[in-house]
Amino acid sequence: MNLTIMVLGMAVVTFAVKAGMFILGERVAFPPLLREGLSFVPVTVLTAIVVPMVLSPHNAGLELTWRNPQLVAAVAAIAVSLIFRRQLLTIVAALAVFFTWQLGVLG
Amino acid sequence: MSAPNAFTSMAAGARDTLPMIVGASPFGLIFGSLVAGSGLLPWQGQAMSLAVFAGSSQFIALSLVAGQAGLVVIWLTTFIVNLRHVLYAATLLPDVAHLPARWRWLLGFLLTDESFAVMSGYYRRNPKAPLGHWYFLGSGLSMYLNWQLWTLLGLLFGAAFPGLEKLGLDFAMVATFIAIVVPLLCSVPRLGAALAAGALAYVFQALPYKLGLLAAVAGGVLVGLVLTRWRAGACGLEEAPR
Repeated sequence: MNLTIMVLGMAVVTFAVKAGMFILGERVAFPPLLREGLSFVPVTVLTAIVVPMVLSPHNAGLELTWRNPQLVAAVAAIAVSLIFRRQLLTIVAALAVFFTWQLGVLG
Repeated sequence: MSAPNAFTSMAAGARDTLPMIVGASPFGLIFGSLVAGSGLLPWQGQAMSLAVFAGSSQFIALSLVAGQAGLVVIWLTTFIVNLRHVLYAATLLPDVAHLPARWRWLLGFLLTDESFAVMSGYYRRNPKAPLGHWYFLGSGLSMYLNWQLWTLLGLLFGAAFPGLEKLGLDFAMVATFIAIVVPLLCSVPRLGAALAAGALAYVFQALPYKLGLLAAVAGGVLVGLVLTRWRAGACGLEEAPR
């Protein structure tokens, strides 16, 4: 198999998927129901990416325990976000808890 | 604060993407280090990062090449793994449809999970921002250049950084996504949609090719739509988050 052709084909496919909608631009008109559905995409997709990374960080079943630094720090992040509503503070606090837990508490 | 211009908007986009740039770096390094064992030449590995620029599909392609899969299988898999970007583009479309074609081609090429997360938050806070495309470019281009750099470092020195993936740097992405999502969960339909998507993503996590993610989003959106009809009075997009 010609691997250069493979890479080029992947590039074409990926570009079509990523940019197709943007390139069509104003020629695309979504019906109201679809528009309403799309308004749920950010909260659903970001949550769907995060939850498995937090609950089973080693792809080896549920780690619902205080010894899971991803879970502890994610709970802390949610709390900080709810209380202070500050994005950067949430990220910094979550990373601080994560690395403290990983290196300090569990070390 | 002085009036924003193209450069400061780009810098702001890059700055707001920074935690995820850190988080993506080890994956670029790991990708680069895996190229040698897959049968691709080093320059073909870098070309994949340059031209495809979609991490998950790049990793899967390496394993498919190593497993002697055919061209069509690899291209079809690339299509399915990257299909979620259609949803991202559709969601962001109202904010980019007015741009000149060359901008839409460029920003579409640079679209990633991370930049979608940043941009969906940004456009919600700044609807109709006149320099939003520069902010988008700053986010996308910083992710892109970082991906090239770490791919190259992985190609050159991959074997010299054992255990990097165990540091947990990808938690920076988790932290950023939580910081973006939690303030959005201000209505019952959105909260329900997110909880449903999270639960489905957990249940379906073993499905290949990100199909579990697509199923989770579909289920979550459906729950959101049902809840909107069931109890009217959602918090609108117009509501200022801060």
